[in-house]
Amino acid sequence: MSGFDKVVNSYAEAMAGIEDNMTVIAGGFGLCGIPEGLIAEIKNKGTKGLTVVSNNCGVDGFGLGILLEDKQIKKMVSSYVGENALFEKQLLNGELEVELTPQGTLAEKMRAGGAGIPAFYTATGYGTLVGEGKEEREFNGRNYILEESITGDFAIVKAWKADRYGNCIYRHTAQNFNPMAATAGKITVVEVEEIVEPGELEPSQIQTPGIYVDRVILGTFEKRIEKTTTRD
Amino acid sequence: MALSREQIAQRVAKEFNDGDYVNLGIGIPTLAANYVPSDIDVMLQSENGLLGMGPYPTADEVDADMINAGKETVTTATGAAIFSSAESFAMIRGGHVDVTVLGAFEVDQEGNIASYMIPGKLVKGMGGAMDLVAGAENIIVTMTHANKHGESKLLSKCTLPLTGVNCITKIITDLAVLEISEGAFVLKETAPGVSIEEIQEKTAGKLIVPADVKEMTFS
Repeated sequence: MSGFDKVVNSYAEAMAGIEDNMTVIAGGFGLCGIPEGLIAEIKNKGTKGLTVVSNNCGVDGFGLGILLEDKQIKKMVSSYVGENALFEKQLLNGELEVELTPQGTLAEKMRAGGAGIPAFYTATGYGTLVGEGKEEREFNGRNYILEESITGDFAIVKAWKADRYGNCIYRHTAQNFNPMAATAGKITVVEVEEIVEPGELEPSQIQTPGIYVDRVILGTFEKRIEKTTTRD
Repeated sequence: MALSREQIAQRVAKEFNDGDYVNLGIGIPTLAANYVPSDIDVMLQSENGLLGMGPYPTADEVDADMINAGKETVTTATGAAIFSSAESFAMIRGGHVDVTVLGAFEVDQEGNIASYMIPGKLVKGMGGAMDLVAGAENIIVTMTHANKHGESKLLSKCTLPLTGVNCITKIITDLAVLEISEGAFVLKETAPGVSIEEIQEKTAGKLIVPADVKEMTFS
């Protein structure tokens, strides 16, 4: 039984084994559904030369943006990086490399990576800069490009609740890239708002089965909002 | 008179049918949600993983875990569904979204669109735009007909890096409604008070003016 208990009690244990020049896949969309404490632990450890695969790179001073402060990121694989002045500076200085990837292609690269599919054809990006240098093929009169999937040395994930076996559920749109990221890490670490006992989550409602998850840690979250819009 | 942003949005909303699943891009397309006719229901898709986007929350309802693709706080509409990014783009790429509306820097007579990158300026990324134009059957582009220097944005060939090729079918500008067919812009409607001559002058690509061009209506 205890062999399935994934819960760790410190961030040091949660991120044990992360080394310079590794690839880290991170869940989250903007600042929504990001593993805040795991990102902070990477900053504290000072791990450098990282390739980070995430839809965005946080903002100045929050989220993945804090890893730019000590130049820990070598390369970002993202669909949109426009919210971050330090990112812009390092990119223009040549201190940071970015591989812009269409959002759906990025999600599918993670999904396929975790599912053991090395590459897939998609129409997204055909005839654009994204398609340059990639294999092209026609199916039923439409043109597609071959995109390779992504796996990471680590995946860092934010879930709402997990049980001790690592079964996870997500809250609202904080789901986003997290379920795909969870499947694509050699070591997958999930930071959650609540840990429950096995059996407490309804099996049919589990969004990330525990088989993908190596470590679970109880976090505390600031949950900063990028754009608060109200109808008041 | 050229249309305001709100009037363009109002004209866009006339394209929606009862029961349509619709993805609206940032800017003028998002405004179209305000003009959906009261006698029809449309379901708004937001590519971060929400089908059935509701209005902005009240101050009390604001929830950091409930945002749209523009990273704004939103609510869910009755009957909404929330899912992962892979699922979201499966419905987009798989052609399940009925109408996609997005902005652009340029479009051309072959149906190509450039909307995410101006060389020499910082490239912020394409987000979901390349997937949206690759997947949708019915894509509407909203834009001003000409840039602030009066130069046409409806070209024979796009000059900026493309977001997608041969994918645009309809364009709603501040001057006109046009469709793209067989390598030409086909004028369908003119904005009230805008002459066909002005549209011809501000359309750099091949323009076909059929005999039955109508004046735009908004309701």
